[in-house]
Amino acid sequence: MRTHELDLDRIKEDYLKKQDKVSRRVIVCAGTGCVANGSLPVYEEFVTTLMKHNIRVAVELKTEEEDVYVSKSGCQGFCQMGPLVTILPERILYTKVKKEDVEEIISATLIGGKAVERLLYTDSNTKKKCKGVNDIQFYKKQHRFVLKECGIIDPEDVNEYIAKDGYRAARKACLEMNAESICKEILDSGLRGRGGGGFPAGRKWDITRVQKNAKKYVICNGDEGDPGAFMDRSVMEGNPHSVIEGMIIASCAIGADEGVVYVRAEYPLAVKRMRKAVLDANKIGILGKNIFGSEHSFTLNVMEGAGAFVCGEETAMIASIEGKRGMPSPKPPFPAQSGLWGKPTVINNVETLATVPLIIKMGAKEYRKLGTAGSPGTKTFALTGHVVNTGLIEVPFGTTLREIVNNIAGGVTDDKGMISNEGFKAVQIGGPSGGCLVDEHLDLAMDFDSLKKAGAMVGSGGLVVMNKRTCMVSIARFFMQFTQNESCGKCVLCREGTKQLLNLLDDIIEGRATDETLALLEQLAYAVQKGSLCGLGKTAPNPVLSTLKYFRKEYEAHIKDKYCPTGQCKALAKFSINAAQCKGCTLCARKCPVGAISGEKAKPHVIDQKKCIKCGACVAACKFGAIGGGAK
Amino acid sequence: MKLRKFQKVCEIIEANDRKSSRLIPILQAVQEEYRYLPEEILTFIATALDISPAKVFGVATFYSHFTLKPKGKYIVRICDGTACHVKGSIKLLDALLAKLKLTAEVNTTSDMMFTVETVSCLGACGLAPAVVINDKVYGQMTPEKVVTVIDGIIEEEKHANTRA
Amino acid sequence: MKNQNTVIIDGREIPIEGERNLLEVIRKAGINIPTFCYHSELSVYGACRLCMVDVEGRGLVSSCSTPPEAGMKIRTNTEEIRSMRKITIELLLANHDQNCPTCPKNTMCQLQNLAKNLGIKKVRFKNTAARAPIDDTSLSIVRDPNKCILCGDCVRMCSEVQGVGVIDFAYRGSESMVVPSFKKNLDSVECVYCGQCSRVCPTGALTPKPETDLVWKALDDKKKIVVAQIAPAVRVAIGEMFTLQPGVTTTGQIITALRSMGFDKVFDTSFTADLTVIEEGNEFLQRVIKGEKLPLFTSCCPAWVKFAEQYYPGYLKNLSSCRSPQQMFGSLTKEMLSMELGVKKEDIVVVSIMPCTAKKYEAKRPEFKKSGVWDIDHVITTQELGTMIGEAGLCFTDLEPGSFDMPFGFKTGGGIIFGNSGGVSEAVLRFVTEKVPGAKTDSYEFTQARGQEGIRELTVTLNGRTVKMAIVNGLGNAKKIMERIKNKEAEYDFVEVMACPGGCIGGAGQPVYHDNRVRGKRTKGLYENDRMLQLHRPQENPYIVELYKKSLEAPGSQKAHNLLHTHYKARKRIFKEGVTISGTSGTTVPLEVSICFGTSCFLKGAQNLLHQILEYIKTVDIADKVEVKASFCFEKCDSGPMIRVGDVVIEHATFDKVRAAMETALAGAHGNK
Repeated sequence: MRTHELDLDRIKEDYLKKQDKVSRRVIVCAGTGCVANGSLPVYEEFVTTLMKHNIRVAVELKTEEEDVYVSKSGCQGFCQMGPLVTILPERILYTKVKKEDVEEIISATLIGGKAVERLLYTDSNTKKKCKGVNDIQFYKKQHRFVLKECGIIDPEDVNEYIAKDGYRAARKACLEMNAESICKEILDSGLRGRGGGGFPAGRKWDITRVQKNAKKYVICNGDEGDPGAFMDRSVMEGNPHSVIEGMIIASCAIGADEGVVYVRAEYPLAVKRMRKAVLDANKIGILGKNIFGSEHSFTLNVMEGAGAFVCGEETAMIASIEGKRGMPSPKPPFPAQSGLWGKPTVINNVETLATVPLIIKMGAKEYRKLGTAGSPGTKTFALTGHVVNTGLIEVPFGTTLREIVNNIAGGVTDDKGMISNEGFKAVQIGGPSGGCLVDEHLDLAMDFDSLKKAGAMVGSGGLVVMNKRTCMVSIARFFMQFTQNESCGKCVLCREGTKQLLNLLDDIIEGRATDETLALLEQLAYAVQKGSLCGLGKTAPNPVLSTLKYFRKEYEAHIKDKYCPTGQCKALAKFSINAAQCKGCTLCARKCPVGAISGEKAKPHVIDQKKCIKCGACVAACKFGAIGGGAK
Repeated sequence: MKLRKFQKVCEIIEANDRKSSRLIPILQAVQEEYRYLPEEILTFIATALDISPAKVFGVATFYSHFTLKPKGKYIVRICDGTACHVKGSIKLLDALLAKLKLTAEVNTTSDMMFTVETVSCLGACGLAPAVVINDKVYGQMTPEKVVTVIDGIIEEEKHANTRA
Repeated sequence: MKNQNTVIIDGREIPIEGERNLLEVIRKAGINIPTFCYHSELSVYGACRLCMVDVEGRGLVSSCSTPPEAGMKIRTNTEEIRSMRKITIELLLANHDQNCPTCPKNTMCQLQNLAKNLGIKKVRFKNTAARAPIDDTSLSIVRDPNKCILCGDCVRMCSEVQGVGVIDFAYRGSESMVVPSFKKNLDSVECVYCGQCSRVCPTGALTPKPETDLVWKALDDKKKIVVAQIAPAVRVAIGEMFTLQPGVTTTGQIITALRSMGFDKVFDTSFTADLTVIEEGNEFLQRVIKGEKLPLFTSCCPAWVKFAEQYYPGYLKNLSSCRSPQQMFGSLTKEMLSMELGVKKEDIVVVSIMPCTAKKYEAKRPEFKKSGVWDIDHVITTQELGTMIGEAGLCFTDLEPGSFDMPFGFKTGGGIIFGNSGGVSEAVLRFVTEKVPGAKTDSYEFTQARGQEGIRELTVTLNGRTVKMAIVNGLGNAKKIMERIKNKEAEYDFVEVMACPGGCIGGAGQPVYHDNRVRGKRTKGLYENDRMLQLHRPQENPYIVELYKKSLEAPGSQKAHNLLHTHYKARKRIFKEGVTISGTSGTTVPLEVSICFGTSCFLKGAQNLLHQILEYIKTVDIADKVEVKASFCFEKCDSGPMIRVGDVVIEHATFDKVRAAMETALAGAHGNK
């Protein structure tokens, strides 16, 4: 029930007036990562301590004069350094803030106007202290476009979103544009699906637009199931209204009056934030009947997933929304023609939808200035693995791997977290559906097409950097186990194929492989890739095929020599005694449970490989470090 | 106790308009209430929604979140996503199973206090390796740290019992 | 030329003529694309991945789900496709029970066929599946999960076509399986035994339950008189097992074969089919005259009867009280033959040869056992008979045709057409049009009753009274008709329901077939049989006239009732006890109060009643004497809310009624102490 006509300008004005009255703002990151590290007690502590200091504190912007506004934000992306606290207007960023630090921050910074040095981020290369995001390598080299407001605005405050010019694009779409022109604008912008498919969003919308059916749907795919990916989570937690705005615009573009936001249940905070955002949007009339006084109506429902990665596939998601097992259906018919309940449906990824309002606001031409010709715009990546700085980043398409790994991520680390000069062995991109990039790709300008040519894919945006101590066969097996576990079981090739691929990989890793294994592995991988029913099956063999392409020798070592070059595969560990270092103390021989070690006192000992069960007891026992070859 | 829960089931079904398309949200809500999905309740839901019990069983067993076996009071989920895996999540799992004397098959303690599982990805990759206990996320865990957390919970439970 | 609606398949131009998908066009072109999960009667599933073809410009697509478009260039047999098909079959064989010689589907299994056709020489993958137990608890169907290839045909058949949904996929990925709910056995769930799941199953995962061993035992027992009855549908189908065309009648050979195997008497179920027409026709006319219990539903299909008992118990009074021809035969034979031959009933063994799996269940319904003697001892399917003929070493097609024994071997055309959908209705029409004055037609044929569609309607006028009939095959269609009747959208006087598509000729016990045109041929065969007989109207059967004169007196008489009629009962679909809401810990046996929470009762206020009852229990403090349960369905949905207090069932329950019943029950219990 709207009590007044929706007036974005007035809401913005109201909000800014209140904001002006505040002299300082403390933003405590309340994304999942920082919350896990204890940011909520930090937030509480700020509020209570400020009150103790008799400073007028606001936790919500009201009209009275308040001095300090303490608010929570969504994920800022620098999770390793959390809890993160930002102080405005100075734009100071404090890292790893604990409850105990709050008092100091208040007295030194809020009252005294000086930064607390020890809580500032230290650059790992220059060892210099960085005051704020503009000084930190991790942030400097990014282009935070979709993620701009994540980490600043209070995601539970719709008024702040509007104050930052939110929902203006939706208003423009409802009042000043028609379905055709919206589709054209998005098509001209070259926006490609950010969920992994890379299909031009404008084209998808247009195909759906022309379907003759009174009932259509918009679905937001928030089932980000790729292990190692948390881009969509951050957007949903940090700026949920941007997603809603994107959906409203999509609904205008295709003629839908109903939408569903499908969020995976493993993201309880994202579910909560999306639900609240929908509630607030309904309250002020941005969702519901006759939005902005136009003819257009649109209602949204938030649905929680129930733990099935395959539901990220669009037809499986539709089945899930319909209350069924999340098993995909053959395409054609495509959801654009026959989707939810058999009606034309547009399904877009969270990031794609969050980009839409920005495009409508700035125009397609302006948007195209970012990124590359074939892949305009930016892409968020979840950067993890053996690098100094892990976290969520956003860069324009065309950025090279070198820029990301060396500049943004701060360089490759070894297993102990220290910077290593060896560089990386491979970068897995695109999660369990993706492939790997190696040294030769360091200067590849990354976008949809260039990555496809290199045998990899953008995927949802997971980037895992692996150092030289990583066994690539083991990584392929890890991803295969994931996909095999998540296979829905409908089609023979994926259900049986991934299981057998996993078996073959296990054979390789545990030393049972024969000469035929590799050929069979490849043949089966191609069959699964070509013949599976849906994207899960079709891309499941990608890690295998990709690692085979670049690291075939490693596979061959496992198979022919029964040897794992990195030492990661325990079953293939070959323990041997270095004769030069062995003092012949016989300690190892005594510890060996199967009597595999022989040798005379004071003479170098020898391990009988046939008896050795690779338990590693000898390595632990040797005081002289003379036994090597096992997994660390 | 039983009555309250059963009435809740009826309420949940009503709140979802008895629509079979709402089966998944209904099961989620019912599992919230019972902490698992009992067979009789699932059969009742099938009758109430006018769909075959086999269909309800099929949906309940498809999704990882649904469990037909009672779980422990504390569900310990170890994230085995890429980032966490690469940072040693399996060592955490081994440590926990050893501490609670569990195996991969029998993963709930006999006193129904703890259930240990692995989960594909919690999205807390910046904090790898991560562990979630009920709704609380613990980041940058090590085998020692995670055992300490469990010890803490055991202590708390003991105190709660003696107080009660 | 190029603008025509054609596609190019392997270089040949083939016209598109309304086919739904590429698969059908390709098969029309004479190329047999292999599939497991594609069935023209079922929804497209797309899981087996065998039907992939290469479309120029699009790559590999599954032909079952891709609509044909003019100008498509298709290749069905590239090296890539062959290799992928091989791997798919290898993957299936890896986890399959490869003991073909001992499998009931040996030589009829599609997996076996494909392995042969694709030239599989070696299975390069390991077996990863754990062995699952075989479920043979059902009277009609055996379920062997180790042979299941998860094509989902049975699931879709049971759910989409039959409207029951007893089995479905459970679990996920490589742990997927097709099971009844909670992995229960088939005899503990709402299966109606129609067996259509086994009909569409490409492997030996679902097969009819065999009984041939027991029949051989009876035949070998010199003390027993073994009698056979052959259903109409068997004679036009069994020839398929001996390389004859479907629809070719081999009655004579069957009779000779049975005699060779040792049967003492060989009779024709069509005889009792004629009898059924008389009894049911009379029943129908009575109802029309009295204007009660209409529509009349036929009751010769046991799967339909169980379906009605489970889902539409409110209409059980509308079911014809007549037994099915099989059961009429059983009781009649045991009664008459024991007198005629002077032998004890227990020494007569009646064996039915049926196209049907549900008949195995029907024969064992408790009401068909009199004084410890079953009316029907064994039921074997057409397939089983074929096996027995093979076991006996007989060359079926070379046998000299024999003839039925009398009197139960004589039939009119009306009895024989029972095997077709619409047969019963047509036979009844042949009867009533002569019985009702002024209604007789010149021709005995009523072709409006014939056809392939699942729901057919026809109207006839009998002496000014319009009679509306519906003919249904497929239980999903039965459901549709029932809903129409319930919602008063349609009104019928007579409804014939057959569970199997096409009627009994499409039964699950019939020889395995993969081409749906087979059914049409079998149907035609039966109508040809009808034409070739001298008599077509059941009332003209002289042996039946004699039967009434000598023993039964008249249709619907007491004697007829005892032998030829039966009753039905509402069935719980779910065999579990229900949810205990408030139990007692008392030591005395508590009074059990069961409240039905089925949909209908729920809507009529069951929840409120529950509340009031619980409040009452608290107020009067009898919590230790009463146990309250929520039950799943008393199946008396018209009379809801339904509450059972101890042994007393209360219909249209109100709180006062229930309280009164509880007080009485508790007082009674007290008094007895």
